[in-house]
Amino acid sequence: MSATTTTSGTPVAAGTAVPTATAFAAARRRERRMLAVLALLALAAVAAFAFIGIKGNWEFALAIRFRKIATMAVVGVAIAWSSVLFQTVTGNRILTPSIMGFDQLFVLIQTVIVFLFGALALATADPRLLFSGQVAAMVGFSTLLHRWLFGRRGRDLYVMVLAGVIFGTLFGSLANLAARLINPNDFVVLQDSLFASLNQVDPGLLGFSALLIGAMAAWTLRLRHRLDVVALGRDHATNLGVDHAAVVNRALVIVAVLVSVATALVGPITFLGLLVANLARQLVGTFRHGVLLPAAALIAVITLVGGQLILERVFTMDTALTVIVNFVGGVYFIALLIRESRR
Amino acid sequence: MTRRRSAGRLRAWHLAAGVALLTALAAASLLVGVGDVTPAGLLGGRDEDLHLLVESRLPRLLAVLLAGTAMSVAGLVMMHITGNRFVSPSTAGTTESATLGVLVATLFAGGEAVIVKMALAVACALLGTFVFMTILRRLTFRDMILVPLVGIMFGGVIGAATTFVAYRYDLLQTLGAWTSGDFSAVLRGRYELLWLAGGVTLLGYLYADRFTVAGMGRSFAINLGVRYDRVVNAGLVLASVITAVVVVTVGEIPFVSLIVPNLVTLALGDNLRYALPATALAGAFFVLLCDVAGRLIRFPYEIPVSTVLGVVGSAIFLVLLLRGGRRMGVR
Repeated sequence: MSATTTTSGTPVAAGTAVPTATAFAAARRRERRMLAVLALLALAAVAAFAFIGIKGNWEFALAIRFRKIATMAVVGVAIAWSSVLFQTVTGNRILTPSIMGFDQLFVLIQTVIVFLFGALALATADPRLLFSGQVAAMVGFSTLLHRWLFGRRGRDLYVMVLAGVIFGTLFGSLANLAARLINPNDFVVLQDSLFASLNQVDPGLLGFSALLIGAMAAWTLRLRHRLDVVALGRDHATNLGVDHAAVVNRALVIVAVLVSVATALVGPITFLGLLVANLARQLVGTFRHGVLLPAAALIAVITLVGGQLILERVFTMDTALTVIVNFVGGVYFIALLIRESRR
Repeated sequence: MTRRRSAGRLRAWHLAAGVALLTALAAASLLVGVGDVTPAGLLGGRDEDLHLLVESRLPRLLAVLLAGTAMSVAGLVMMHITGNRFVSPSTAGTTESATLGVLVATLFAGGEAVIVKMALAVACALLGTFVFMTILRRLTFRDMILVPLVGIMFGGVIGAATTFVAYRYDLLQTLGAWTSGDFSAVLRGRYELLWLAGGVTLLGYLYADRFTVAGMGRSFAINLGVRYDRVVNAGLVLASVITAVVVVTVGEIPFVSLIVPNLVTLALGDNLRYALPATALAGAFFVLLCDVAGRLIRFPYEIPVSTVLGVVGSAIFLVLLLRGGRRMGVR
């Protein structure tokens, strides 16, 4: 229990006396200023990505680049929001859906579908219908997993995280095993659908994903005040008259949908969520989801677009963005673990 | 005193049964494969059968036994010198460092002999493990679970660096081939380095008592007159050499070094004199079982042992972690 409380965010900065109305107003102004700065940075990154180094046909280049930007925006929002939500409902700052193996779970579900029904089904079925089916399976599985892992009280935080990491390995290995049992032709189709990189996202799927993300975003924003209360922990939330279980369940459905969308679009990126959720908490210094969620999404967009920009211009496409994100994120995660362990 | 002796007798009986079981499985594994090798053919002296046996089946069996034994003993030793049940080459960045070493060797010493490449891999594995031990010393609050968590993440970071380098030099596919441990390419002349790992494993037995004492903690070990730092370093070198040799010859063999020592010490206790031979035996059996299963699941095609181990191993580890955690002193 102690581990959980130390790792959850502290709503009021230590050392402040009873906050006065002016202090609140000042804090709100600071939050708004930070959001504005982040928005400007995101715009700058997008502009730089769109316009730097175009040679030849502008219209053609811009069309391609804006599709990439749209993909990164959708993925960024999905990963950032799912991570913030997940950290809120689990009550700690080290867990994210990726670290708990959720995106590997999505890969596994996709592989099992091909294994059971064959690539023909995958190719001929309506992609939106198929995607909805996958998301439904994902929601079911992740809710079960979450119930099983978090249902009992008093689970040690580090046991949870390690279990999550190993669950990721298990899902990954199972997907790998299923992939080897699939016949080679089906496997090629599957691999294509799993390694959708930023460069070759199906516009139809992108539009559908954007729609889904929009719906989930609206739902999350409606929940934001209740999420603020849930962040205080189960006991406090219940005392304050919020149906803790109901909010957690809704948040988990949202998380499952968001993770599915992000994974379907660009594949697993383990540490991006951890990075952006924690940076957002540090930069805006608030516990209010109305501010935290947009901030995290903006940071994710800045990271993805800026990272891709550096990748294309400095490394001249010599590596994948996920590799860099995982490297930086992994180092950050170790630092976070060491710092948490010193408290 | 009587209790100890009876435990010892039980152990001898178990060892004998284990050896018998392993021998039976080993004999069966010789007969599993696409090419027909039958006992009748061997006894009748059919040349093809004999040829297949000597060139492919026997080397493969030996490679599996050596790799399984060596990896599980390496895990047992690391578990003892760090005093943590969840620390093993695969959770301390050792395996990933060795893989990075193989990559570096391929890039800069591609034309050199295998032994040079292996030396580079060993050096990298050692370096990575020492870095992890340094991080470990900086952790003021050593939670049983926190340590392997940091180790896994550390391995992930090294893995990302490896992927980065491999991507730049267009070696991703080659890297993928090493990363997945697989015995299907083992033939006579392609696995003999593993005997080196086997030799190092035997050396581990000579150090067994000192590792046992070191596992009781630094001050305790020093009080008993053991040169703690030297023993710890010897253990790290041993585990690094074994891991690097296995990675160079057959690829990464996941989870064996983590699970087998845990299951064995759960049953037999922490004295390495007893636990070490049992671990060696159980490791060989476990890997052989997974290898044979991988050959049979989709006959005539093969599933690499690393995939089978990934599924079986992570499942067992989860059970250990979530169910057996209390017994293992986690909570």
